[in-house]
Amino acid sequence: MSPDTVFALASGAGRAAVAVLRISGPRSAALLEALAGRLPAPRMTTLRRLRHRGEALDRALVLWFPGPGSFTGEDSVELHLHGGPAVVAAVSEALADLGARPAEPGEFTRRAFLHGKLDLTAAEGIADLVSAETEAQRRQALRQAEGGLATREAAWTGQLLRLLARQEAFIEFEDEDLPHDLDIRVTTEAAALRRELEASLAESAREERLREGLSIAILGAPNAGKSSLLNALAGHEAAIVSARAGTTRDVVEVRLVLGGVPVTLADTAGLREASDEIEAEGVHRALARAERAALRLLVFAADTAPDAATLSLRDEDALLVGSKSDLGPPVLAGALPVSTTTGEGLPLLRAALEREAARLAGMNEAAGLTRPRHRAAIGEAVSWLAHLETAPLPELRAEALRAALRALSRLTGRVDVEAVLDQVFGEFCIGK
Amino acid sequence: MWDAAYDVVVIGGGHAGCEAAAAAARCGARTLLLTHDLARLGEMSCNPAIGGIGKGHLVREVDALDGLMGRAADAAGIHFKLLNRSKGPAVRGPRAQADRALYRTAIQGLLAAQDGLTCEADAAEDLILRDGRVEGVAAASGRRIRCGAAVITSGTFLRGVIHVGTKRIPAGRVDEAPSVGLALTLERLGLPLGRLKTGTPPRLDGDTIDWAALERQEGDAVPEPLSVLTQRITNPQVACGITHTNPNTHAIIREHLHLSAVYGGRIEGVGPRYCPSVEDKVVRFADKERHQIFLEPEGLDDRTVYPNGISTSLPEEVQAAMIASMAGLERAVILRPGYAIEYDHVDPRALHPSLECRNLVGLFLAGQINGTTGYEEAAAQGLLAGVNAAHRAGGSMEPPAVLARGEAYAGVMVDDLTLHGVSEPYRMLTARAEHRLALRADNAAMRLSHHGEAWGCIGSERRAAHGRFAAACMEALTRARQEGATPTQFSAAGALVNQDGRRRSALEALSLPGVTPEAAKCLFPWLRDLDGCVRTWLEAEALYAPYLERQEQERQWLAREERTSIPRGLDFAMVPGLSREMQDRLSRAQPDTLGRAGRLPGITPAALAALAVHLRRQGTVSRETA
Repeated sequence: MSPDTVFALASGAGRAAVAVLRISGPRSAALLEALAGRLPAPRMTTLRRLRHRGEALDRALVLWFPGPGSFTGEDSVELHLHGGPAVVAAVSEALADLGARPAEPGEFTRRAFLHGKLDLTAAEGIADLVSAETEAQRRQALRQAEGGLATREAAWTGQLLRLLARQEAFIEFEDEDLPHDLDIRVTTEAAALRRELEASLAESAREERLREGLSIAILGAPNAGKSSLLNALAGHEAAIVSARAGTTRDVVEVRLVLGGVPVTLADTAGLREASDEIEAEGVHRALARAERAALRLLVFAADTAPDAATLSLRDEDALLVGSKSDLGPPVLAGALPVSTTTGEGLPLLRAALEREAARLAGMNEAAGLTRPRHRAAIGEAVSWLAHLETAPLPELRAEALRAALRALSRLTGRVDVEAVLDQVFGEFCIGK
Repeated sequence: MWDAAYDVVVIGGGHAGCEAAAAAARCGARTLLLTHDLARLGEMSCNPAIGGIGKGHLVREVDALDGLMGRAADAAGIHFKLLNRSKGPAVRGPRAQADRALYRTAIQGLLAAQDGLTCEADAAEDLILRDGRVEGVAAASGRRIRCGAAVITSGTFLRGVIHVGTKRIPAGRVDEAPSVGLALTLERLGLPLGRLKTGTPPRLDGDTIDWAALERQEGDAVPEPLSVLTQRITNPQVACGITHTNPNTHAIIREHLHLSAVYGGRIEGVGPRYCPSVEDKVVRFADKERHQIFLEPEGLDDRTVYPNGISTSLPEEVQAAMIASMAGLERAVILRPGYAIEYDHVDPRALHPSLECRNLVGLFLAGQINGTTGYEEAAAQGLLAGVNAAHRAGGSMEPPAVLARGEAYAGVMVDDLTLHGVSEPYRMLTARAEHRLALRADNAAMRLSHHGEAWGCIGSERRAAHGRFAAACMEALTRARQEGATPTQFSAAGALVNQDGRRRSALEALSLPGVTPEAAKCLFPWLRDLDGCVRTWLEAEALYAPYLERQEQERQWLAREERTSIPRGLDFAMVPGLSREMQDRLSRAQPDTLGRAGRLPGITPAALAALAVHLRRQGTVSRETA
C-alpha cells in the first residue's frame, strides 16, 4: 500500500486573483498528465489548459516537482488557477475523480517531516507560521521554519561532538602522544558551553511568551475599577461593570495585541475576605492567575486606602495603576493616574503596557527556544554538563557528554558514533 | 563420492580460524581445520601484541566463552601492560606482547588437545553446494570433504597483493600464496566484494639497535593475565624501547612519496585511519615534528624487533634511509622490509548477525574477510562463527550465538559490521559501545557465561572457575551492601566524607572520591582478603552504580526494540507512512529487528515510528518471550 496522493488549496480561501492548489504523492505526475497533457520540465512554470472528461476547467500555470526535490520530498505538482471559488471547486472535483483525496490539516508538513525534508524544529516553525497572529509571531515562526533553531542546535551539537571526540581520544589512545592537557581542556570548554546553554534557557521565556502569548492579570481590591480598566483597554464592554463591590467573580479574559505581542488580559475578582463560597473561589482564581501571569496590573482607587492583599503582589513584573484619577491623585507613589471616565492616562498606560510587553516577550538576537520541549532538552544537556565538571574519571565525563548530546539531538535528530570517530581521526594523528 | 565427512570445516588457520575450529569442536561438532601450513597455525603476522583498549575487552570475552586467545597470550607473553591504568576500570585494557614462537606453540598445543578437532594442511579451492546450502569443500589436493557447515577465515589471502615501492607480489602473507580460487567462489556466489589495504613496518635486527641510547618502557611489575584461568605468568619479561621520527625522517619520506605504493596511486584499497602508514602521518599531520615509535622485541630467542608506528610501503632502500635517520637505529639492519597488502573482503552486510551468509545456508565468514583488522576482532568473530556453524551442522534452525550491543563488545562489532558494513578496516574501540561502563574486561565472565553454557562451548574447568568467581562476587556485593560505617569512623580511617551523621555502606564508600582504597580496606578489612579479580569487579560495580542503573533502564528499553523482530522478506512498501527513500534503505539492509532498523544510517525517527506501528498492527510476536 503506497501512500495516497493528496491535494489542498495552498492559498487562502475565498475570492482572489490566483488560487494555488498543491498536489503531493506518487500519482502526482499521472494526475498532472491527465489534466494538462504531457509533463512540463521539472520546476519550470508552464501555461496549460486544464481539461477533465472533455471539459475545459481553466488556463493555469502548472509546475512539476519530481521528488525528492520538492517541499514534501514526494512527487508534487502546483496548479496556479484563476482564483474564483468555482474554478477551485471544479479542479478539486476533477482531482478527487482521478483518485486523489483532500489533504488533512498539516498533512503536507507532516509528509515533509516524514521524508526528512524538515527537522522537527522546522516543522514546528511551519506550524507556528500558519497560526501566527501578529507580525512579531510571524517573524519568529519564519526564523524557526527556516532552520534558525536547527542551525543553533547544530552549532551546539558540533561543539559537543568536538569535546566528545577529544575525550574519546584521551580514553582510547593512551600511548599515542596526544596533547597532555587534552582532558583538562575538555572540562573547561564544557563549562563554557554550559554557560552558553544556560543563557539560552534564561532568554527562552521571552520567545516562548511571544509564541504562546503574554498573560497580563489585573488585580486589586473590590471596586478598584479593574473591570472598567479591562473594558477601556479592550475597547469594548467585555466585563460587567457596576458600582457594587464583588461584581466580577470569575476571571474574564480579552485578547489584544500590544506592540506585535499577542496578549491575554485577564480581569479578576477583587481581593478581600470573601463573603460567600462563590466569591472565595473567585479570589482563589484571581491569586492563581496573578501567579501565572507574566505581568500584573495592580489597581488602587484614588478614593480608598491601598489594601494589603494587593500591595503584597508588588514586584518587578508589576505595574501600578492609580484608578479613578478624576476623584483625586493616586494614593500610592509611583502609580500611573488613570481615569476610565475622563480617559486621562489611558494612552500613557497603553504605552507602558507595550513597553512591558516588549521587555517580557519578543525575539532574541539568536533564534530562541520557543517551546517547553526545547527548554527540557537544553535543560537536560545543561545538567549533564554540570555533572561533567565534577565527574572524577574521563569515561564518566565522556558518559556525561554522550548524554548531553543525546538530549540535544532530541531537538532535531540523532548523532551517531561515526561522527565522533570522524572527529577523532581528523584532529589527531593516531595509530602506530 | 566423498573423501571425508565432518560436521564443520574451517578454512584458514589464523586467529579467526583457530577460534572457530576450537569452538565448533567444543560444541561437539566433528571439525576439520584446513590451512596451507600447519606450522603457521596461530601465526601473529603483524604486531606481536594481543589486547589493548577495546581489544583487551574482546580477548576477555573470547576467554569467557572458553576461547584460546587469552590462554595462549598468557603462555607466550613477555611484556604485560594494563593500559589506561590511571583511568576507570571500564576503559582499562589488558595487553600482552607475546613471543611469536611461544604463541604459535601455545595455540597449536591447545588445538591438539581439543577433542573432535582435526587440522590438515590443504587449501580449500571451492565450495560444493546443493539446494542453496553448503554441502562440502573441494580441496586443492583434489579431495572432496562433506560438511554440514563451513567457516571461511581467509584473512588477507583473498587475491592478496603485497606492495613494496613499485614492486607488486601476489601473496596472502610474505612467502605465502594468495587464495584466488576461493575469491572466485565467493564472487560466483554473488557475495559483494570490496578491497581494503593494511600495512606492516620493516622488521629490525635487535642486535644492531643501540638500546643504550633509547628510552626504555618496562612492562607492569605485576602482570595482569589475559585469561581468568591463568594463575601466574612464568615467562621472563622484557622491556621495549622508544624512539621518534624527526624532521630528517620526514624529509626522506616526503622526497620519496611518489615511490610509495599507497601514495603513488598503485593501491585502490582503503586503509585504516587509526593505523596509518608513516607516509600518511607525514602528509596528513605535516605540522607534527615527530612521531613516536615503539621498538617491540618479537621473542625471547628471536632478534627480530617490531618498530610499532612506522608501517610503510616505500621501496626497500628508502626504508633503510628512513630507519637510519632515527635515534638508536643509525646502524639498525632491516631483516624484512615493510609492505602494504591489498586484499578482497566481503561486504559484511551480506551476513546475518550470526555471521552466516544471507544467501547461502551453512556458510559462515569470520575475521579480516569481513573487513575487520586485528587479531582480537578476528578471534571473537571466529568463536561466534564456530559456535553457530556447529549448531547449523547439528540441524539448528536459528544459529544461537548472537550477542546484543549491551552484552558484549563482540555483539557491538558484529552488529556494526552486519548493519553498516565497513568503509575502512574495522577496529574495536570502546567509543563504539553505548554501554561502555557495563562492558568491562573485569566482568566478561559474568556477562557471557550463561550464553557459553547454553551454546555448549564452555568446558568443565571454565564452568567451575566462572561459578566460583560469580559466587565470590555476589558474596562480596552482599557484604558490601550490608556493612557500613559512620562519618566519624570514616574520618578516623583518614577518609573525607561529609560529617552529616549518615551511615554509608562499604559499597558506597568504594565509589566516593574522598575514600582511598587504603582507607576503605582499613574500614572494611575483609576487602583485603578478596581475590584480586573479585575486588576489581566490586570496585567497578560500586564506582559505576548510578550510571549502570540508568544504562540498565536504557538497555531494557532498547531490548524491547531489539526483541521486536521484523519478519524476513517484509515488503517495506506495504508499511503506511514510509517514504520511498526509507523503503529503499530498509529494503537494502533487511534489518531483522526494530532495534537494528533504528541504527541504520538515515532512518528518521518518524520512519521508525511508522514501522513500529505497522509491526504492532500486524501482531508480530516478540522473538523472546522472557
